[in-house]
Amino acid sequence: MPLRLEARAEPSRAMVFAAPVIAIAATLCLGGILFAALGFDPFTALAAFFIEPVSTVYGLSELLLKATPLALIGVGLALGFRGNVWNIGAEGQLIIGAVAGGGMALALYDVSGLWVMPCVLAAGVAGGAAYAAVPALLRTRFHANEILTSLMLNYVATLFLGWLVHGPWRSPEGYNFPESRMFTDSALLPLLVEGTRLHVGVLFAPLAAFATWVIVSRSFLGFQIKVIGMTPAAGSFAGFGPRRVIWFTLMFGGGLAGLAGAMEVAGPIGQLVPIVSPGYGYTAIIAAFLGRLHPFGILLSSLLLALIYLGGDAAQIALAVPFAVTQVFQGMVLFFLLAADVLIRYRVRFDAPRSVAS
Amino acid sequence: MMMMTRRAGLAAVLALGLGAAGSALAAEPLKVGFVYVGPIGDYGYSHQHNEGRLAVEKRFVGKVKTTYVENVPEGADAERVIRQLAQTGHALIFTTSFGFMNPTAKVARQFPKVKFEHATGYLRGPNLATYMARFYEGRYASGVAAGRLTKSNKLGYIASFPIPEVVRGANAFTLGARSVNPKAEVRVVWVNSWYDPGKEREAAEALIAQGVDVIAQHTDSAAPVQAADEKGVWAIGQASDMSRFGPRSHLTAIVDDWSGYYIARVQAVLDGAWTSTDTWRGFDAGMVRLAPFNPAVPAAVKAEALKVEDEIKSHKLHPFTGPIKDQSGKERVAPGKVMADADLLRMNWFVQGVIGDMPK
Amino acid sequence: MSDAELITLSAILAAMVRAATPLAFAALGELVTERAGVLNLGLEGMMLMGAVAAFGTAHAGWGYAPAIAAGAAAGAAMAALFGLLALTLRANQVACGLALSIFGVGLSAFLGKSLIGSPVTALPALPVPGLAEIPVIGAALFDQDILVYASFLAAPALHWFLFKSRRGLILRAVGENHDAAHAIGYGVLRVRYAAVLFGGAMSGLAGAYLSLAYTPMWVENMSSGRGWIALALVVFATWRPSRAILGAYLFGGVTILQLHAQSWGIGVPSQALAMLPYLATVAVLVLISRDETKIKLNAPACLGKVFHSGR
Repeated sequence: MPLRLEARAEPSRAMVFAAPVIAIAATLCLGGILFAALGFDPFTALAAFFIEPVSTVYGLSELLLKATPLALIGVGLALGFRGNVWNIGAEGQLIIGAVAGGGMALALYDVSGLWVMPCVLAAGVAGGAAYAAVPALLRTRFHANEILTSLMLNYVATLFLGWLVHGPWRSPEGYNFPESRMFTDSALLPLLVEGTRLHVGVLFAPLAAFATWVIVSRSFLGFQIKVIGMTPAAGSFAGFGPRRVIWFTLMFGGGLAGLAGAMEVAGPIGQLVPIVSPGYGYTAIIAAFLGRLHPFGILLSSLLLALIYLGGDAAQIALAVPFAVTQVFQGMVLFFLLAADVLIRYRVRFDAPRSVAS
Repeated sequence: MMMMTRRAGLAAVLALGLGAAGSALAAEPLKVGFVYVGPIGDYGYSHQHNEGRLAVEKRFVGKVKTTYVENVPEGADAERVIRQLAQTGHALIFTTSFGFMNPTAKVARQFPKVKFEHATGYLRGPNLATYMARFYEGRYASGVAAGRLTKSNKLGYIASFPIPEVVRGANAFTLGARSVNPKAEVRVVWVNSWYDPGKEREAAEALIAQGVDVIAQHTDSAAPVQAADEKGVWAIGQASDMSRFGPRSHLTAIVDDWSGYYIARVQAVLDGAWTSTDTWRGFDAGMVRLAPFNPAVPAAVKAEALKVEDEIKSHKLHPFTGPIKDQSGKERVAPGKVMADADLLRMNWFVQGVIGDMPK
Repeated sequence: MSDAELITLSAILAAMVRAATPLAFAALGELVTERAGVLNLGLEGMMLMGAVAAFGTAHAGWGYAPAIAAGAAAGAAMAALFGLLALTLRANQVACGLALSIFGVGLSAFLGKSLIGSPVTALPALPVPGLAEIPVIGAALFDQDILVYASFLAAPALHWFLFKSRRGLILRAVGENHDAAHAIGYGVLRVRYAAVLFGGAMSGLAGAYLSLAYTPMWVENMSSGRGWIALALVVFATWRPSRAILGAYLFGGVTILQLHAQSWGIGVPSQALAMLPYLATVAVLVLISRDETKIKLNAPACLGKVFHSGR
């Protein structure tokens, strides 16, 4: 093979930042070719994907709004992934957070006051954390693998929300359609910028990232998570088991996912409806790894993912690019971004290999 | 009172549309946007709306430019997509799923000059119209044929979600079947999805195993028609003519046809005659049709179903005419009375003869 | 039991087997991939590509055998793309798999545009003479199509391969400790590529079963999340083929039963019944996981870990 990867002595600092740039450049080239081959103007298509969504204040506000749940969930999940805790259930935790937050908003329907909204968010956090406690309990008590339990609970959560809004929590004014009442203003998150949908909840994303960074790099718990993540057995030698790490990371990730859910229903949606998330819980897993499990990296990767989703809609509108093509392109962008990371730890050599690499 | 405006509204639009065809010669084509909840490749609900859009394109070559956005989730994203269509010069925007109601209403308030049309909802405004088809008329007429054809007196209904539209459909099917065969009963199975071919097939097989010999569906894929074909029972297609999927089983289908409505509404905008209306029409406006009957259906059965279709079309027969009892046997509609549209719109109880459950 | 009840029971069992078949194929394939230490979450994308390729081939009139082969090949091709990214370029496996899912859903929808709305004849059932008429279980076991029979054979064959054959031993060694396997002289990347391609081909077969046999049509996203369930079943199986197939039958079976329960009209909200397959899977996993040591022995130790050959 003419292409050969040679390990660097230590990860390249420059490449940490250059790799995404190289990936974007490759995406633009190949993406342009893809669009041209399908008969779309490549420049308009790429502009629709990457520039149009963020060319206005409103567009920027939408970008932040879309990135917020991804970032919140992503930083929470990343903490678990560092400790080998595979929570695939953020989608369900988000939904139960939305149910708990929404339930609070409906329970406080007749009350107004500044404290209502914080109650809604707190209920969301509690709901998400409580739902994540189920896989935590099943893992620590019965050794049931959390990949399966958390994934299966996503479907259960979706059905549970469906039952609520098709049944007991249906709006009495809503002609029996599947929707709750619209929440009152007291329950809704105040807007940050008038004329947009950007609410104060967006601030929770950098806050959560900072808090996570402190946990990871400054606390004993963060150290424990790292140790357990690298060699599970080492934890026991050092005098702590994985139990605490499993409980903490699942509850932490679940709480943040629940917060994201409550913020969706008390923010842009404004009521409980059968579908409160377009799969944020799954997309956030990509965000976590694209951000290399670093809280601040995840903030950036969430913005990028939000951009290519917004761009997908924009390209459909601007150029009549079918949804399928936008999905192919989104997949491609992710492939390049993920593959480019190889440059951080390896040099690419094009000479013949000296020894047979397996 | 809601219904008066509905009928009058569409009649006016249709009249204007026919009278003033071709009079608008704007230099810039009119931009019309469509927002779909599913992929147009679902070969079901979104596909049929897209067929309507294509009919608009075909009718107004050079005068109208259409845009569609498919797979738009019913959540926080819908508002952004609708707003973006409004912002990019679309003068008329159709949002085709119930979950888009509140976002459409919100964007409509922000863009008073843009005209919005929301399918299946109940919120209206000066620039926000609503439209819906009386699919239940088709379900009643097909129920008549099903009631005649069943030998086991067990009919099946594959349902998606317990919303009034679906409940109304199952009820109309049951009433139609029992109007000719009082012994018929309808088993409802919810698949909790609009569109999952595998699940729909499994539901069909479950019903067939229980002795059901005619299957109706309120989900989008042709899988139940295929399953019925394999097992040698009847099936009634949904949204489009699905006879290619079940040459032997496909009894008929309840076809959604939005093209007439879309053309009329686009014409109204071109003529400057668009008003916010509330349209709920069925056989009479061609929004709902029955697909051609299977050649194997006995002539008498076919004739009877078509007669029912005609009577509904000419408003001689209303499927929801009393006496109608609910599952518990309680009388909900008095003999001779016709259910009001407002009650049909919010229907959340099953009629007698339905076996199935829904959340309270 | 009356005759009618026996016939119903027989139909239920046959439906269970068919519902489980796509799950079994995809789960068994992923199981082998994971045994080699690679976690590929892109099952949904590979399944859909398999479905569209198989359907397109059959639709073009080239026959069932080429169609099934095309399905497997399309799944393997997607897996090769995953291999390039996750094995050769050492990108993160979890994220690559998720991206592969997005890519495959889109690509299959794009390629399948012209195939929508026209069916093919379903893959025919091949009843085994004499055995197909056995009451209750005959229809389920001996009156199925070739892919269902193949799924019956796949689990024991893979069990033999993984635990009795030399190559299976090497594959497991690579998954357990790639550094040691490399030191002994096994080609870690070569083994992993083979396992990934096999997994992709099996997912492709799962897709082919959907679009040729189960619901012989092509519609976008027709797998409707079955790839995710298959992924969960590998965990459920604690990486053993026999348990994977049991898991598929459990999940498929409860799905079928809850639909039957609805049509009996038992008065429970449908959403609660629809939760049962997921809850049952969790409950059974909890039961079989109580013995911690057994679980630990089965999970491949190097699952998802990057192999650095130069180290």
